[in-house]
Amino acid sequence: MKVMAQMAMVMNLDKCIGCHTCSVTCKQAWTNRAGTEYVWFNNVETRPGLGYPRGYEDQEKWQGGWKLGKNGKLTLKAGGRWKKLANIFSNPKLPSIDDYYEPWTYDYETLLNAPAQKHFPVARPISLISGKPMNVSWSANWDDNLGGSHENASRDVMLKGITDKVKLEFEQTFMFYLPRICEHCLNPSCAASCPSGAIYKRAEDGIVLVDQDKCRGWRMCVSGCPYKKVYFNHKTGKAEKCTFCYPRIEVGIPTVCSETCVGRLRYIGLVLYDADRVLEAASVEDDQDLYEAQRNVFLDPSDPAVQRAAELAGIPGDWVEAAKRSPVYALINRYKVALPLHPEYRTMPMVWYIPPLSPVVDVIADTGHDAEDKGNLFAAIDTLRIPVEYLANLFTAGDTKPVDAVLKKLAAMRSYMRDINLGRDPDESIPESVGMDGETLYDMFRLLAIAKYDERYVIPTAHAEQAHALEELATECSLDYEGGPGMMGESGPFGEGSGELTPVAVENFQMLKQRQTSDTISGTEKKGRVNLLNWDGKGSPRGLFPKKGKEDDH
Amino acid sequence: MDTFLFLIVPYLCLAVFVVGHYWRWTYDKFGWTTRSSQLYENRLLRWGSPLFHFGLLGVIGGHVVGLVVPKGWTEAIGVSEGIYHFLAVSLGGLAGVATVVGLVILVYRRRTVGPVFMATTKMDKLMYVFLAAVILLGMWNTVASSVFGHYDYREGVSVWFRGIFTFRPDPALMSEAPLGFQLHALVAFALFALWPFTRLVHVFSAPLGYITRPYIVYRSRDEDREGTRAPKRGWEKASR
Repeated sequence: MKVMAQMAMVMNLDKCIGCHTCSVTCKQAWTNRAGTEYVWFNNVETRPGLGYPRGYEDQEKWQGGWKLGKNGKLTLKAGGRWKKLANIFSNPKLPSIDDYYEPWTYDYETLLNAPAQKHFPVARPISLISGKPMNVSWSANWDDNLGGSHENASRDVMLKGITDKVKLEFEQTFMFYLPRICEHCLNPSCAASCPSGAIYKRAEDGIVLVDQDKCRGWRMCVSGCPYKKVYFNHKTGKAEKCTFCYPRIEVGIPTVCSETCVGRLRYIGLVLYDADRVLEAASVEDDQDLYEAQRNVFLDPSDPAVQRAAELAGIPGDWVEAAKRSPVYALINRYKVALPLHPEYRTMPMVWYIPPLSPVVDVIADTGHDAEDKGNLFAAIDTLRIPVEYLANLFTAGDTKPVDAVLKKLAAMRSYMRDINLGRDPDESIPESVGMDGETLYDMFRLLAIAKYDERYVIPTAHAEQAHALEELATECSLDYEGGPGMMGESGPFGEGSGELTPVAVENFQMLKQRQTSDTISGTEKKGRVNLLNWDGKGSPRGLFPKKGKEDDH
Repeated sequence: MDTFLFLIVPYLCLAVFVVGHYWRWTYDKFGWTTRSSQLYENRLLRWGSPLFHFGLLGVIGGHVVGLVVPKGWTEAIGVSEGIYHFLAVSLGGLAGVATVVGLVILVYRRRTVGPVFMATTKMDKLMYVFLAAVILLGMWNTVASSVFGHYDYREGVSVWFRGIFTFRPDPALMSEAPLGFQLHALVAFALFALWPFTRLVHVFSAPLGYITRPYIVYRSRDEDREGTRAPKRGWEKASR
């Protein structure tokens, strides 16, 4: 047994209202730079829908993830090492910018410079790829709230086998939101696809990162990831991906997406797992056994044998304590209500989801029946096969039994807690019917519904004796590096962002400063352009007024 | 003049090549990339890039055989002048044609596809001029030496080239060579001098290690290299 620790996340889809706050705050924190305009480390999809990039789940097309070879061995779906090298000059499975969407800005200058006229001037969309005017026809969430679903949603690959049953008419459909970040897999196919070996899994906390100094821009990770969560920065020519906000995690605070989630639906915690059994679990024959196989790789942190092995593996004591209190472990293995997204890709994903009960509840409520009654809910879960089958396609490779079990637990929690809240005697037969006892069900309710901050996020800090080694906890002056502050933002002689790597904190500081004081939109320089949206109201932006005879800058 | 062109210039260019790469590696690992433009356009690249790159690999292989392997060696294993010449012109010509066709597609793409052209730096343009010149001169030499009169470069250019690396170069061998070969060699050395400052550095990151390394890379905060930079003088750890 080789114990390793993994920082993992669970999202409770019942609570997601699709507000995109996670996406926006993540974008502001990580991908507000030139070259990453089209990149969303965190995105929220409306399901049924195509997702972002369009139809990324169709692995017959994109060939992402792993598959079982004829000899029962796990191989990359897009082909092995030699095939990768043979295709290195032109990646045949790389999504084009159209599969994501062409990013754009608006020509605000027209609004400022237009002469007095009868009709109000219009700011036209301008492509950030070609710099030319464009027609906006797609985006990262174009089919939000089933918009245009009569055209798009039917192309959702997860509807395979149930298409004819699903009615996508507005009144009769079901819908929920699916926020997605990088899965920080135990068996990451992006890392396995990287010819340069630049993508690595951190031994301490399992976060998957791209070494920007080692990446050579071969783009195999982009096509190798079945979730399409590694992106190509087209200005720097390097791959970038969700970092699980490692600078925040290292000091014990949750990721930006979790911290800003208004529905408080995200849970972060440690999971201990047996690294020796990952490959075996990822190689089980039947896709539908992968969920159970992955669950069995996780180790129970309250087991003394596991604790001893963890100590031998060099995992600090407070990390094992944190693993015991981990909400993620509890939701996955104690309450068994969290399910992995697409286990059939065989990457052993580590961001899990509690499937939503609300599509079922909505249907009952619409019929005028009591939507919190256990009998009604159980009957509805059994009758409403379409949402259940759809969820099973997402979370259990099509096996409806685990999804049924989870939904019934959520339904049981609803009816059981209603009795308590109304001051009636709790009905102990309700938890029994889903194989739980009243106390466990109450604990689950507390974690899911009350969801206190320090119960949702149990994040042990990286160790003080290692503090000097942390990238972000600057024990030296963080501005104290070659080039120094104020040298940022100039394009190097070899293209955007060349030169030595800058610490993230310094980069963000300089970037914000530059954005607030610059006259230009990212990436394009237009003479005489004044962007008042970035003006903080202090002083006069350069270029707003014509120069007087002699004046110093500002 | 010959001493300058075929003795001093090559050594200067090679010095820039070596020192330039060392400097680029220490200063600009982040800028060391293929700077792929596949995200913008794929249809032309799908044909142009493999044609160009695989063609070029063949051309480089041909140059290794032609320049590095002495004539005596191939004759010793029984390859006669006629067979050698036939193989060199046919295989070399094939690789050359693939390279040129690929290059034409790629340059056309770079010029006509808006986003790709926008992402082209000044260094790219300069490099393209030299690279295209070297390739076209090389093609011309292959054609010219088979059509108009034969020049055996293996007794001229190749000996001179090997002399550079054994520090016994003979510039007189080059001054006897046809103008096409002289120009090809000079422009090639100019390209070597330019090399470390262009995207051509990606040649040296050909990922051959991928064949043997384990699929999943684990990394820890190791003791030698802590954080993103080496410890400052006087701040090294007390013990290793």
